Amino acid sequence: MTTATASHDTHHGPEKGLMRWVKTTNHKDIGTLYLWFAFSMLLIGGALAMGIRMELLQPGLQLMEPQFFNQLTTMHGLIMVFGAIMPAFVGLGNWLIPMMVGAPDMALPRMNNWSFWILPFAGGLLLSTFFMEGGAPAFGWTFYAPLSTTFAPDSTDFFIFAVHLLGFSSIMGAINIIATVLNMRAPAMKLMDMPLFVWTWLITSFLLIGAMPVLAGAVTMMLTDRNFGTAFFDATGGGDPVMFQHIFWFFGHPEVYIMILPAFGVVSHIIPTFSRKPLFGYSSMVYATASIAFLSYIVWAHHMFLTGMPVAGELYFMYATMLIAVPTGVKVFNWISTMWRGSMTFETPMLWAISFVFLFTIGGFSGLMLGIAPADIQYHDTYFVVAHFHYVLVTGALWSIIAATFYWLPKWTGKMYNESLAKIHFWWAVISVNVLFFPQHFLGLAGMPRRIPDYSLQFADFNFISSIGGFAFGASFILFTYIVFDCIRNGKPATARPWEGAKGLEWTLAPKAQYHSFNTPPSRELIESESQHS
Amino acid sequence: MSEKQYYIPEGTYWPIIGSIGITTLLVGFANQMHGVSWGSSVMVLGFAITVFMLFGWLGQVVNESVNGKYNAQVDRSFRWGMSWFIFSEVMFFAAFFGALFYARTLSVPWLGGADNNVFTPELWNGFSASWQQIAFSTPGTVLQSGTAISIPTELVAATGLPALNTILLLLSGVTLTFAHHALRTDNRNHVVGWLIATIALGVAFLGFQVVEYGHAYATGLKLTSGIYGSTFYMLTGFHGFHVSLGVIMLTVILFRVQKGHFSSDNHFAFEGVAWYWHFVDVVWLGLFVFVYWV
Repeated sequence: MTTATASHDTHHGPEKGLMRWVKTTNHKDIGTLYLWFAFSMLLIGGALAMGIRMELLQPGLQLMEPQFFNQLTTMHGLIMVFGAIMPAFVGLGNWLIPMMVGAPDMALPRMNNWSFWILPFAGGLLLSTFFMEGGAPAFGWTFYAPLSTTFAPDSTDFFIFAVHLLGFSSIMGAINIIATVLNMRAPAMKLMDMPLFVWTWLITSFLLIGAMPVLAGAVTMMLTDRNFGTAFFDATGGGDPVMFQHIFWFFGHPEVYIMILPAFGVVSHIIPTFSRKPLFGYSSMVYATASIAFLSYIVWAHHMFLTGMPVAGELYFMYATMLIAVPTGVKVFNWISTMWRGSMTFETPMLWAISFVFLFTIGGFSGLMLGIAPADIQYHDTYFVVAHFHYVLVTGALWSIIAATFYWLPKWTGKMYNESLAKIHFWWAVISVNVLFFPQHFLGLAGMPRRIPDYSLQFADFNFISSIGGFAFGASFILFTYIVFDCIRNGKPATARPWEGAKGLEWTLAPKAQYHSFNTPPSRELIESESQHS
Repeated sequence: MSEKQYYIPEGTYWPIIGSIGITTLLVGFANQMHGVSWGSSVMVLGFAITVFMLFGWLGQVVNESVNGKYNAQVDRSFRWGMSWFIFSEVMFFAAFFGALFYARTLSVPWLGGADNNVFTPELWNGFSASWQQIAFSTPGTVLQSGTAISIPTELVAATGLPALNTILLLLSGVTLTFAHHALRTDNRNHVVGWLIATIALGVAFLGFQVVEYGHAYATGLKLTSGIYGSTFYMLTGFHGFHVSLGVIMLTVILFRVQKGHFSSDNHFAFEGVAWYWHFVDVVWLGLFVFVYWV
């Protein structure tokens, strides 16, 4: 099909040379660019985390000034959220959604190109703050006023513009995915035929379009408070620093679901494949995803229980937060029921997916603990919070991205990765990540505050263990990088459907998916036979 | 179904030029704010690159559209894209409206001693929590950013220019609908006439808004007038910016109508701009009610 269409006016193959990547309108090229960008940012953000863990290896200040430590934590968070996790999911969406809905490409391919090509500039602006006078932003990734307005260095304005650009890119990416799913889907595919990765990304797109503009508004208010004398977050002029937190978390809470819903989608593909059973409760998965998305807009102030909200507000936000456990529980039970009595095998993607279910659920439970307003008085801003969101973001979001990489790598490259090395990598990562983050629960419960470079002596042992786990986990990415490169260069040729139980339109394409996925929309029969649910 | 059902545009350099333009603009802006000498010239350069990109990119799209490359599916993609873009704009304004509501109903009354903040009079002697004139007994109170607060001597009234502007914008929505109706019935002279009327109403709105700003400024209502001045100028300012964009877009559409780019059943560009104009209209209604009136 590729050769036949290569000469066709509107279905050209890839251009030659570097400019292919600059000018491309192809969803696979753009997906690849996104994934490599995200991976580079993951390594940079990871390097900053290594700095944090080195400083925390022992009590006392050994390596850096507290101000620089704060820059590390702040930039680590910003880079991982906006530079690594979000672009990685957009990259996966780009690569997979057109293939999964039987489309030739994304709906708005030039805008797709721009969504990506804003990112390196935004990332560059963000990273450049490290080299400015006063250093990088040091107020935490949540950039609360007045730390980020009155008491922040000049570099903060560059950070603000970087956030504007990143938001612009995300909004365009989300619009594109909505248009693709709703308009480029094969005519024979109904909405309730769509694979779950498509569903979760569609719903995530609505979260992005609703939340990112609010973030843009928040940083715009910061910008004018800093430079033009407005008083949004300044009580002297009738504003309120707490208002910043409300606006930020109105974005921030949907944001955490932006980073986890596509992960739910990925796992909902991998578990049925290696259980050799249809996904249990397909429609309940769709409705659960939509419920989570809706609830995510009305629970934001559970991040702010200690700001002195009226008690009625605390109670409302606590109960609304608890509600999220219901649809999330539906999902976890569905994954487990899918595995129940399945003919399970444990190839690498499945190992990552199962450990996702287990470890993400730990993160979910600690989230429930944090959502209890009276208990949060103890946990707030301690390492318990750090442990919680690293369980959901590292062993949740990042885990699913790695699982997706191993699961679809054969489709992306046409080659198989080294299964035994990949299994070693999995066990290395899954053990070290728990050594890294699990002790942080205990540290937090005992009262160790987050974002502080020094600590009281009784926290020394757990911090030491956590740091050792951190270094081991960091090193695991060297092996991961090797496995991916080894697959691209020396991998054995893969078949079109390398996983025995895999269903989905993407597996009907060539072993290395052709440049434009479906030039002819797939038939109803094909869609039905490739459906993951009965 | 045939292969030709799908259309995929060829690659261009416009996106990367756009990224370079916007980044140059923002780097220039940041340096200009920090008092760096080359800041403003770099900002102007970035703006020029961005405008160049918009002309080039949209010009290419117009050419492809006129040459009949786009099919019904592309048209639908554009429609989905434009609708959700407008929704994202709505959410951007929602952030500022949210700030307005929060400050007005919660933070300003709290500062004035509502709820349980019994210490306010002792902490801030002479503080008056009236919404438009957040005032201190000591003039020249300084914000944390170091700027002196400017206390307006008069209140902003909804009658007069804001009311007139509301009528102008609502009328412009009507004239634009007439233009659309004329386009659908292939009456090009009427399209041109009603479009010119719409643009004229938009320009008049902007002109009166400038007069209104001059008046507000003269009475001491500035960006630095505390939270009311902040929300007043940021909301009306961003709205005015969007009206300006809308006027430019309508003007482009006017030229395209005269060039005969649109047919009675195929004129997405016209409709997209019309949606945008109505969005700007609706935002103004919110502004009129919550910023000027109540």
